This record gives sequence, C-alpha cells and structure tokens, in this order.
Amino acid sequence: MNPVARTVLERLGLGLITLFIVSIIIFSAIAMLPGDFAKATLGQSATSETVAAFQREIGIDRPPVERYFVWVAQMLHGDFGSSFASRTGYRRSVAEIIAPRLYNTMFLAAVTALVAVPLALGLGILAALYRNGWFDRLVNAVTLTTISFPEFFVAYMLAYLVISRDTFIGSDFAQSLPHWLAASLGWALNAVPKFPTLSNVNEQTPFWDHVWKVALPAITLTLVIVAHMMRMTRAAIINMLASPYIDMARLKGMSPMVIVLRHALPNAWAPIVTVVAFNLAYLIVGVVVVEVVFVYPGIGQLMVDAVKSRDVPVVQACALIFAATYILLNLIADIISIATNPRLLHPR
Amino acid sequence: MSESEYKLGIARSLIGGGNVSRRDFIHLGLAAGLTVAAADKLFVSTARAEPMQGGFAKLGMAHGATTDSIDPAGYPDTFTQTAFSGSLSNSLTEVDAKGNVQPDLAESFESSDGAKNWAFKLRKAATFHNGKTVTADDVVTSLQYHMGKDTKSAAKSLLESVAEIKADGPETVVFTLKSGNADFPYIMSDYHLVIMPAKDGKADWASGVRTGAFVIENFQPGVSAKLKRNPNYFKNGKPYLDEVEFIAITDLAARMAALSTGEVDYIGRADLKTLGMLKRNPKVEIVEVTGYGHYTLPMNVTMAPFDNPDVRMALKWAINRQEIVDKIFLGHATVANDNPIAPAIKFAKDPQPQHSFDPEKAKHYLKKAGMENLKVDLSVADAAFAGAVDAASLIRETAAQCGIDVNVVREAEDAYWDNVWLKKPWCASYWSGRATADWMFTQAFAADSSWNESFWKNPHFNELLVQARAETDEVKRAAMYAEMQQLTHDDGGSIVLVFNNFVSAQSKKLAHGEVAPNWENDGLKMAERWWIATA
Repeated sequence: MNPVARTVLERLGLGLITLFIVSIIIFSAIAMLPGDFAKATLGQSATSETVAAFQREIGIDRPPVERYFVWVAQMLHGDFGSSFASRTGYRRSVAEIIAPRLYNTMFLAAVTALVAVPLALGLGILAALYRNGWFDRLVNAVTLTTISFPEFFVAYMLAYLVISRDTFIGSDFAQSLPHWLAASLGWALNAVPKFPTLSNVNEQTPFWDHVWKVALPAITLTLVIVAHMMRMTRAAIINMLASPYIDMARLKGMSPMVIVLRHALPNAWAPIVTVVAFNLAYLIVGVVVVEVVFVYPGIGQLMVDAVKSRDVPVVQACALIFAATYILLNLIADIISIATNPRLLHPR
Repeated sequence: MSESEYKLGIARSLIGGGNVSRRDFIHLGLAAGLTVAAADKLFVSTARAEPMQGGFAKLGMAHGATTDSIDPAGYPDTFTQTAFSGSLSNSLTEVDAKGNVQPDLAESFESSDGAKNWAFKLRKAATFHNGKTVTADDVVTSLQYHMGKDTKSAAKSLLESVAEIKADGPETVVFTLKSGNADFPYIMSDYHLVIMPAKDGKADWASGVRTGAFVIENFQPGVSAKLKRNPNYFKNGKPYLDEVEFIAITDLAARMAALSTGEVDYIGRADLKTLGMLKRNPKVEIVEVTGYGHYTLPMNVTMAPFDNPDVRMALKWAINRQEIVDKIFLGHATVANDNPIAPAIKFAKDPQPQHSFDPEKAKHYLKKAGMENLKVDLSVADAAFAGAVDAASLIRETAAQCGIDVNVVREAEDAYWDNVWLKKPWCASYWSGRATADWMFTQAFAADSSWNESFWKNPHFNELLVQARAETDEVKRAAMYAEMQQLTHDDGGSIVLVFNNFVSAQSKKLAHGEVAPNWENDGLKMAERWWIATA
C-alpha cells in the first residue's frame, strides 16, 4: 500500500476514535452542569410541575446513559437528532439549525483566510528577505502589537473608528484639540469606509452584501492571526537560509528573491503549513467573541447559546463539528508536509 | 389672533396628513412673524406629533437566543415578547400608558357575583391573519393551552385562580374564578395569554397565524424576525409602520454602536455607563420610563437569623439605597421602600417611615433582637440583575458600620434561578413587576405562591389579600392595600432595593406617544404604537 494512503487511513481511524471520546466528554460535562433545558428555559417562572411536563416531552427524565446511547445510535444513522427547542408537531432538527450557522462561519473563515494567509506569507517572505532591516522590524512590531491585544478590544476599536467617522467632529474631544489637528483627524477618519458594525446576515443576503457585512469581523480576525503565520514563515525561511545548499545557490550568483522562493521556501513548507492549519481551525472554532461583538450569526454563538440553555443535541453536534475540523485540518497539513518533504514518511 | 396666525394653526393641523410641505409651512410661519428656524422647528415637532403611515423600522432587542420560538408557553425575554406577543398577537386586554387596563381583542368586559364571574365580549371586526373571524372557542382553547397537568407554560400559575372558561355564544367568553378578583382583566393582558386559532380543539401556535398588527415574514431564532403590516388589523389606522425587523443584539457595546451608526433605529436596554456619549449624538434620543420592575433581596424568614423580624428590620436600615441608585444604576432607578408596588400602580402608597441608611436604628433593632453583632451570607450574581454583585459590595460596607458582617457570596450566573433563588437564605432577585397590587402580591408574597421568595406567611396579610381581591368598593380596597403595603414594609422578608427604569434609546426618525410602563419597549407594543416621522 502507498505509504501516504496508509498514513491517511490511519489518521482517519484515530480521528474517529477521538470524535467518540470527545462526544463522551461533552455529554458528561453537560450532564454535570447544574440545571437542565427545562429549568434554563423557564428560568424564574419554573415550577416543579411545568418542569416535569417539559422534561417528559423532551425525554430528559430518562437516565443519561440511555440518552447517550440513543443519541449515538441516531448519529450512526446520519441523524443529528432534534433540538430540545422542538415541540410536538414542530420539529427543529439539529442539522437544520446548524447548517446556516456553519455556512456563515465557513464564509467568514474563508474571507479571512483569503486575505490573511497570502498577506502573512508575503510579509513573512519579505521580512526574511530583508531580515533585521527597518521593514522587518516594522512588520514585526505592528503584527506583534495586533496579536497582543485581545480580539474583542481590536473589534471594539474598529467599531469605534467607524462610529467616530461621523461623530468625531462634534465631540468634546475634537473641540478641545487645536483646530488644525481636529480638522485633519476628521479628514483622516472620513477616509475610513463606512463598514457596517452590525454583521447580521441571513439566507437571503446576496453574496457581495455578505462579503461587505463581514468586513469588520474579517479585518479583526486578520489582525489577530497574521502575526503567528508571518513569524513562522519568516523563521522557517531564515532557518533554511543557513543551510549549505543555499550558500551554494548564492555562490552560483542567484538573486536573493529567487533563492528564497525556489530554494528555501519548498523546504520550509512543513512548519508553515502546520501553523496555517492551526490558524484556520481557530477561524472556525474560536471566533465566538468576534461573532458576539459584530452580532454575526455563526456557529460559535450557537454553541454558547446552546450550552447556556442546555440544549444538549446542539452542543454535541457543534462539539463534533469542531473536533472534526481540527482533525481534518491537521491531517491536511500533515499530508502537505509529507508531500513537500517525503523524508517525513521515514522517521529515523 | 391675526389672520396669519390663524392660517398657521390650520396648517399645523394639516401637517400630520402630509397635506402641507415644509416649504409652504415655513412661508406661512414667516408671515405669522416667526423666523425661518423657528418655523422649521415647529414643523418638525408638529409632524412628529401626528402619526404617519409607512416606513420600515429596525429595532435592536437586548435578548434573543437560538432556542426562541413563537410558542407562547415560552416568551422568556424581550425579543420574543416584543416581536411575537406585542406585534404578532393580541391578548384580550392591554395596559395603556397611564397604567389602566383597556380592551384589546375583547370589546368590553364585566363582572358579576363579587368579581367571581367575568364575561368578555369579543370584537366583531377582529380576524386572524388567514381571514378567519376570532370566536369565543379560539379564546377558550388559547387560554386552556396554559392550563392543565401537561402544560409547559410559564403562565400556568397565572391562571391557577380560574375554575372554568367557557364560550357563551360565538362572541362571549365567560370565566368562573375560584374566588373573586376585581383585577382579573389585568391578568388577561399578560403577554403569554395571546389568542390563537383553534385547530381540532387545540390552540394552533405553530402556524404563526394570530390576530396582531403584523404578520411574520421571516424568523431566524437568535438572529432576527421580520414582520410586515397586517392590512386587515382591527384597530383603526394601526399599525403605522409597513415593516419592522427585530434584531437580536445581546452585546451591550454592539447595541450602542448599531444605534450610533444608524444601522438600527431603536435599542432596548441602553448602556447606562456610556449613555452620556450617546446623548451627544444629535440624531439620537433617550427614552426613559419608570416601570414596575424592581430589584429585591429576599430573606428566607423561616431560617435563622431572618426568622426574627428585628433582624430583618436591622438589615433594612443598614442599606444605603440612595448610594446604590447613584453609584450602580447611575441615577436610572428610583429608591424603593421595601414595598414592591411601584408608585405608578393603582392603590400604591408609600409606607412610612422611609427606610434609609441609619446605623443608629440598625444597631437599635439588632440590640432588640438580642444581638451585639451579626454575620450573614448574601448570595448574589449578576444573573439576578445587572449590578447585583456591586450592590452587594456596597451593602457590605454600610452594614459593617452597623455591626453587621455581610459576607458576599458570588454565585455562578448560570442556573442562578435554579440553584440560588428560593434556595439560599438571603439572595438577590428581580421582578419585572405586575400591573396591579393584587397580581404582584399574589405571585410574590402570598403564602401559597410557589414564588413567595421570602417564604413570608403573615396571616393578616394573606387574609387581607383575599378580601381585597374580591372587594369592589374602591375606598375600602385602597385602605386594605395600604395596610398590606405597610405590612410588607414593616414585617416582610423582602428588601425591595430600587425600582429600575427602562432605559432605551432611539433615532429621532422614530416618534411615539407617551410610553407605557407595564413592560419594556412601550408595553411590548412599540411596533404597533410607534411611527416614522419623516420630517
């Protein structure tokens, strides 16, 4: 059997086992949380009778072990089950609830990745090329600054910038500044595009409208993830540049750009791809804060909502999707690493 | 009055109908001796005062979750309440801006037999969105949806007092109560008790066919709900808006930003800390109403040391309520006096003396209880009300000066109502308030209520409660309610800290009459009552 195919199959098998373990952990974690769906939904208005009636209807009066295996059996039939928010004659299937949210999350992740990954690679290559020069220092300083701020802070600052575009001139702060400064700041703020601070989209939102609405969340996430990928690219390339074969290329009289792109980069892919995969996974599973700040209906918010209301089927499905995302992206990263560096197939 | 002033008066009355343009009006104003700016201002204020048809309003709600549904057994917060109860549906009655009950789907109602029997006559013109006439059967099945053993409705306890509901002909519904209740029509205004069409003897909530001013166009739980005008609505001329969209914006800063940038026209629950910044925005104004809602600190009077009325009294005097209003609610609340009946409610009376911070009195009562000092736990989380933890810290400081050591226990926000409320001896709680004294007392202070949060069972209070409910003589009733309020103030186990204001903010594009205090968002009916002033 082809060694690459064997690795892939092995990894997929291990992935399935991981998913199984994740599902047990999530299920028992939620079972251990205080309260249940009936109590969480009724809140202050819960009386013991209404809670009992609720529990009977959604079946959480039965023992947890039984519920878990019923759920696993459903999953094996490809059915994610129904949300606890369903009522008799009004089924809300988990798949139906998750699908639009997952699409939105993927959309935001894709838009961000399309901007951030080429930007990070480009900046990383340039920084390696002009290492220790002013360009390198500047790029490092800026990206390290943006990664150091918590993402909600970056998000609020961007939203504030958009609001200030219209309100700055009338504010007390502007009045207290010298006139020329206030005027030029106002002029600069006017150059900020009027991005929407509310990214509320739905299925009817046209494609380009959707892109426009996710502008601010995408910029926020880009600022947060670029530094990591950029610095790994730079480090991996600089590491390669110390190798004897690069000296050889240099002695042949090749230009630095060609050396980096043709000789250093192909051997540096493995660590870069791993970091890129890590950040892409983050874009899918870890952006709940940004979703909340910009009111973007993504899957992160859905999961937090579901945990709060103890809607176990939805939490389970989200957790499995997140786990599967990590497993798949890491697998792809490994395959790319192996394909670009076959030595990795034969570890010593 | 000069001729031009007279003409100006007529022109003002025509603005609302859209018959006079701003330019014409300013011409007339100049002739009447006004400046251009003054005439323009007058035009704008007059135009905003008269409801105008048309337009699309985007309303940012402070709540919204993916588990939301149009099922009236739920309606846990302002998103579902405002969109699906206040806009999509009607109850039999509603509460107006003055706090009085008015007919809604019912045309009239009257009681007999000491307020034990109630007959509600339905409006003839009222139809469901699908064109079907609203009949008494629909009302009966809709209300029965919240009753009985298997109901999951949060309104179940509300209808506990109803012995029987039946239809008397197609247009009259007759209620028989277990005991007389003069305020029963107020209960029928509750947002859960909306009227749905009957289908096979059951209330059909899932279709979304209701009677309200708006029809559902699109609903994404936890994201948004878009509704469009019901052209056959039974109230003349209403609603004014063609379309409304309710958007769930649970993040406070995001809500403020969305209003600032004009992406929504209204936000519920504005951020008190940054309200000053919002006020500077010339396109925005703040709407503030003192509602019935209040924040309480219930003590379990069946447990030591709270079983001693003097200990309760000592704690009531050991709290600086004014400081809490000023520092935590930044002035957007009113000091309360251990009486849960808000000043705007009928029969409200302020019991004397006003409980305020007085270390001498607190020490006096502590001594009377036979104690030199006292150590108590206060369990709080911001799930009870925003600011509960900070308020508890202030209470710890002031109580320390009275020889009372309050140990603030910070509880988890998650499942707070499940694990802390009604379980811990002293905790924090929130009541959105009820439209009548009887309703509030029955739910939160009556001996047999499952929500009697202080487990307070004063026999005299409970006697009065039943008597007053059935009493139809207003003067006698007022005297009984005054006595009951004095009892909760002196003996009760709930420390009522403050009445909170509903603070929302809107674009000046939107206009409205006086805002109702019974629930948030103009009694949940803002979509029906508000309009867009184009001026």
